[in-house]
Amino acid sequence: MKARNGLTRFFNCYILRESRIIKEELWIRDGKIVNPEEVFYVEKVEPDVSLDCDGLLIAPGFIDIQINGGWGVDFSYDSENVEEGIQKVAKELLTHGVTSFCPTMVTSDKEKYSKILPKIQKKQGSKHGATILGVHLEGPFICLARKGAHTPELIKNPIKGIDSLLEMYGSLENVVIVTLAPELPGAVEAIKSLSQRGIKVALGHSEASLAQAEEGVRQGANLITHLFNAMLPFHHRDPGLVGLLASTTDKQVYYGIISDGIHTHPAALRIACRTNREGLILISDAVAAQGLPDGAYRIGPQAVSVENGWAYIAGTKTLCGSTMALDRCVKTFKEATECCLEYALETASLHPARALGIDNIKGKLDYGYDADFVFLHPKTLEVQSSWIAGEKDMCSQRSEQNDCLISDGDHEIADRSSWNNGFRARGLVLVSLAPRNLRRRRAAVKAKQLHLIIKF
Amino acid sequence: MRLIILEDASVVADWAARFVLQRIKEFAPGPGRHFVLGLPTGGTPLGMYRRLIDFYREGKVSFKYVTTFNMDEYVGLPRDHPESYHYYMWHEFFKHVDISPEHAHVLDGTAEDLAAECQRFERLIEEAGGVHLFVGGIGPDGHIAFNEPGSSLVSRTRVKTLAYDTLEANKRFFDNDISKVPSKALTVGVGTVMDAKEVMILITGAHKALALSKAIEEGVNHMWTVSAFQQHAQALFVCDEDATLELRVKTVKYFKALSEEHQKMIEEVPVDVQHLIH
Repeated sequence: MKARNGLTRFFNCYILRESRIIKEELWIRDGKIVNPEEVFYVEKVEPDVSLDCDGLLIAPGFIDIQINGGWGVDFSYDSENVEEGIQKVAKELLTHGVTSFCPTMVTSDKEKYSKILPKIQKKQGSKHGATILGVHLEGPFICLARKGAHTPELIKNPIKGIDSLLEMYGSLENVVIVTLAPELPGAVEAIKSLSQRGIKVALGHSEASLAQAEEGVRQGANLITHLFNAMLPFHHRDPGLVGLLASTTDKQVYYGIISDGIHTHPAALRIACRTNREGLILISDAVAAQGLPDGAYRIGPQAVSVENGWAYIAGTKTLCGSTMALDRCVKTFKEATECCLEYALETASLHPARALGIDNIKGKLDYGYDADFVFLHPKTLEVQSSWIAGEKDMCSQRSEQNDCLISDGDHEIADRSSWNNGFRARGLVLVSLAPRNLRRRRAAVKAKQLHLIIKF
Repeated sequence: MRLIILEDASVVADWAARFVLQRIKEFAPGPGRHFVLGLPTGGTPLGMYRRLIDFYREGKVSFKYVTTFNMDEYVGLPRDHPESYHYYMWHEFFKHVDISPEHAHVLDGTAEDLAAECQRFERLIEEAGGVHLFVGGIGPDGHIAFNEPGSSLVSRTRVKTLAYDTLEANKRFFDNDISKVPSKALTVGVGTVMDAKEVMILITGAHKALALSKAIEEGVNHMWTVSAFQQHAQALFVCDEDATLELRVKTVKYFKALSEEHQKMIEEVPVDVQHLIH
């Protein structure tokens, strides 16, 4: 929905701001969140369109920094029609409130990297799909003993440091995160070079001791990949990668965690979030089966079998990722840790934005930030609609098609096409059709305000 | 002069809001016909704003054709500073109602030429056709807007240096550091408010009791600037019981006996009929 001066006001809503959920309006224009007070006093203009949000909660759009695919698409396997596959996932993700993501490639061979990587370009999102922040490369420079679902034959050592990486990946242009094991020969040098290039390094699939992990952090790593999974279990004499949560390095270390109720026990989630609250990032680590029923799928070169939502490497009991989108992960996480809603939402928005160093434009609903946000039911956390760069995603628009009416309060005087043909230019007030608004509607009629009625 | 004595601050807030509502409805504003309202800030009128917002939400009133002028603003405080009156008005009132930004006027305390800003404000009031109803509160020293004791009773909008008492009273909003309190303000003059067709002054709390007695029981005195309204044709003081503590029993009894008549002022009685009520 675009308005005349592009200024849209959401009212009767709760928003997440400064780590608190407050009843506050949200004003947006040209894809950014604006300060209504400034618009009022300085520009002296009124919003073109006002949207009654019916008490819904608006949270910053979710950011998934580790997602292997979904809806039948596997980012590491499908080397034909890569753009199409990415676009499909980007579009579907919007229905789950994910407005930005890092397509993740698991350990693959050189050929796959050269075919796929150049085609996954960073791309600003729109109502047609979530923003692609850049690729997350997980492997092949990982520890064989902690391979998880990765193909052992393809695992390599970065002996020549960054040169090994460049040789394998071809180019790092589209890459924002590289997961590697810091204890491997050449890894420390690679971490240093990656950090200098502005690429975030995540430590994972590793048997690193705490000392090795801390050295990685000192060289620039700031993430841990799917905490607890594919690393040494906590040991009190050498806590390993897990020990980074309570490390004395002065840098904030972030860690991805899968809270699909399968990969990480609720108690483990609580241990993590109580030890290092600010570092926790929810990731889906979803595979191609995300959004689809049980059956046979792929992850990279390996066959995957999904039974009751659990994704295994076919014929084994090795977990290979989740089938749950981030919106469900937020809900599961909140229930498992009994944390406050504000925090749960931030672990899927602000924290990943901070980890990637984009928290000056994403991850919050502050003035000047990108207008990427998600409407949630305040109790069930069900996603109602996603907005990206100030536009409502196409999927949620589809369902609204037949419910859009314009009324002067007494009579329905126009349908959707009339709305498009001119009513929207008149700065109308939008009121939902929900029965509890009837009183307000009648009052509006009395006050002789013309109303557009739209089912949200 | 009328004195409306009500139970407590919340009743005062409700009464004041109903009075504003009644006046706007009676005027029946529309395109090219704006109701012009003068507005205060501070703790006392807060309840009134909340009630007005309720009325707006219930569809009882629209501010689309209401023009507002605020009484005052600190000099040098940024517009978005939580203690600025711009901030107060936006968060406590403007953002909740349908007032048009072009018609909500607040003095700009950050203007380069403050004198010109004050003249502009006076001119805007004139262009709007004068204020129909000016709502005000008072300080414990009887100041109306920032017309501190000793202000000229025929003053117009201007820069005013704040009294030490005012700085002291306001420092709690500025980290308890008196040096952080802006020492100057822009304020409408007593004369500016006197020009309004009607004036409603809200006074609540025991700490304002002396000011109320000085305002209405003693002579007109520039050391209690609100006393100037004794000479206004349509001035209304709305107070709570606590604020009457310094008044004479005779005064209180007289005005309380009139309470039924006063009630008509917030009912749908035409204004010209109301003016005959005594």
